[in-house]
Amino acid sequence: MTDMIKLSNVHKSFGSKHVLKGVDLSVEKGSSLVVIGGSGSGKSVMMKSILGLLTPEKGEIEINGHPTVGLKGGKRDLVNRQFGMLFQNGALFDSLPVWQNVSFAAMQGSNMPADEALELAKESLALVGLGENVLDLYPASLSGGMHKRVGLARAIATRPPIIFFDEPTTGLDPIMTDVINHLIRDCVNELGATTMTITHDMSSVRTIGDKAALLYQGKIIWSGNVDALDQSDDPFLVQFINGLADGPIEIAGA
Amino acid sequence: MNPLARIGRFFLGFLAHTGRLAVFIAHSFVAIIQPPYYLRLIGQQMIRIGYFSLPVVALTSFFTGGVLALQIYYGGNQFNSEAIVSSIVALGITRELGPVLGGLMVAGRVSAAIAAEIGTMRVTEQIDALTTLSTEPFKYLVAPRVIAAVISMPLLALVADIIGIMGGFVVGTQSLGFNPAIYMQLTIDFITPDDITSGLIKAAVFGFIIAIMGCYNGYHSAGGAQGVGRATTNAVVSASILILSANYLMTSLLFSS
Ligand SMILES: Nc1ncnc2c1ncn2[C@@H]1O[C@H](COP(=O)(O)OP(=O)(O)OP(=O)(O)O)[C@@H](O)[C@H]1O
Ligand SMILES: [Mg+2]
Repeated sequence: MTDMIKLSNVHKSFGSKHVLKGVDLSVEKGSSLVVIGGSGSGKSVMMKSILGLLTPEKGEIEINGHPTVGLKGGKRDLVNRQFGMLFQNGALFDSLPVWQNVSFAAMQGSNMPADEALELAKESLALVGLGENVLDLYPASLSGGMHKRVGLARAIATRPPIIFFDEPTTGLDPIMTDVINHLIRDCVNELGATTMTITHDMSSVRTIGDKAALLYQGKIIWSGNVDALDQSDDPFLVQFINGLADGPIEIAGA
Repeated sequence: MNPLARIGRFFLGFLAHTGRLAVFIAHSFVAIIQPPYYLRLIGQQMIRIGYFSLPVVALTSFFTGGVLALQIYYGGNQFNSEAIVSSIVALGITRELGPVLGGLMVAGRVSAAIAAEIGTMRVTEQIDALTTLSTEPFKYLVAPRVIAAVISMPLLALVADIIGIMGGFVVGTQSLGFNPAIYMQLTIDFITPDDITSGLIKAAVFGFIIAIMGCYNGYHSAGGAQGVGRATTNAVVSASILILSANYLMTSLLFSS
């Protein structure tokens, strides 16, 4: 199997704050990786580095075998066209109605005519359990969970080969959580996409993931098959997946 | 901190800002020239920047023309005042007050609105989202606003010219007792096309300043709602100062020969 996403020794700091301290990670083509880790450990920063929104000071990030760190303009755009991204807080465009948010990449990037784009939006919204009544709403009038699901619909709308989900089920009810977990699984199984998902929810980890990785203090300290999660006796992992306050993970001053 | 270090730090900060602004402007020019062009967005922005600024610009210039007429009349010795009032109102409005006061009013309205909008998009990651959706923020956000402002401002200045002269006319004929026909004739005789075009050129430059300062401050805002508030204030203050200093520079260039 070839690696679709490969990070080697990635470092990223903000001023004196060293967030990523040498991240090594790879995701095989057509598989689903779940990233777990404490709040503030740098999961979102890692994802934004892969997307080119942040530039690591050191290390390399390869997409489908091509190095991407520092790419700009048209070259970066060619890489980004393979990506879909759900931002942690949705990041919907609040000047556009829901349907234009969902079909934004198709309309702006690929010049899809409006009537086709509307159909595309309807389809994608149906996948995340939203009906046609939301099409003309603006993001400001959506509930938190609807906001997140519109963001999901936007991320998968163009059926990109590589999709990133930053906490897709945070703020959703248990039933919708399960729907979204299976939707992400279907992206991998049926569309053959490669996905990377950040989540705090252990049930999501098991439903979505082929592999899992634990980010702690700027490094991946455990990675392996999701099936192996429960067998592992790594003390950090055991503490994290069982949600225990006692253990080797430092809680204060992270 | 010792005063020398303080001065040094201030100076370095100033240089860093200027450099960042220069890069921003260069990037904006590239975005304006290179396709794709978002014509629909330019139209939308022209309505927001130009059309919705009409009332405030019209009112400002009407009262400015009126008060100018009064001051010239009271300040002069009232000998041959019809010719003096009409000509100075016409000159003052078309060359300076129409474009400058219009520019300052629009700076307050539009620079602030642009900075707040783009700043909010920055802190809520909408600008990041644009990039991941294969859309260049400079092309999608900055270029349409700059183009729309550069086109709208001269049109607004033209309206300001007409209404400002009308303001002088109304005050002159209604409260100073001038003859309407003679006043109008004197105005038309006195004004030259150069007076008007110089004002319109200035207005176009002010439009550029207004849009760029709004976009720049919004684009580089950080730190949540407070950061957006700061960006908005900075946009208005810097746009206003730049308008006044650019105006001085352009007056000395345009009228020196
Ligand atoms: N733009 C930025 N400027 C400065 N510091 C930042 C920036 N973005 C992130 N950080 C810092 O980097 C660290 C990691 O942030 P990140 O958002 O990646 O956390 P996370 O693992 O996604 O946490 P959560 O699970 O709460 O979303 C945090 O300490 C944060 O303060
Ligand atoms: Mg995060």
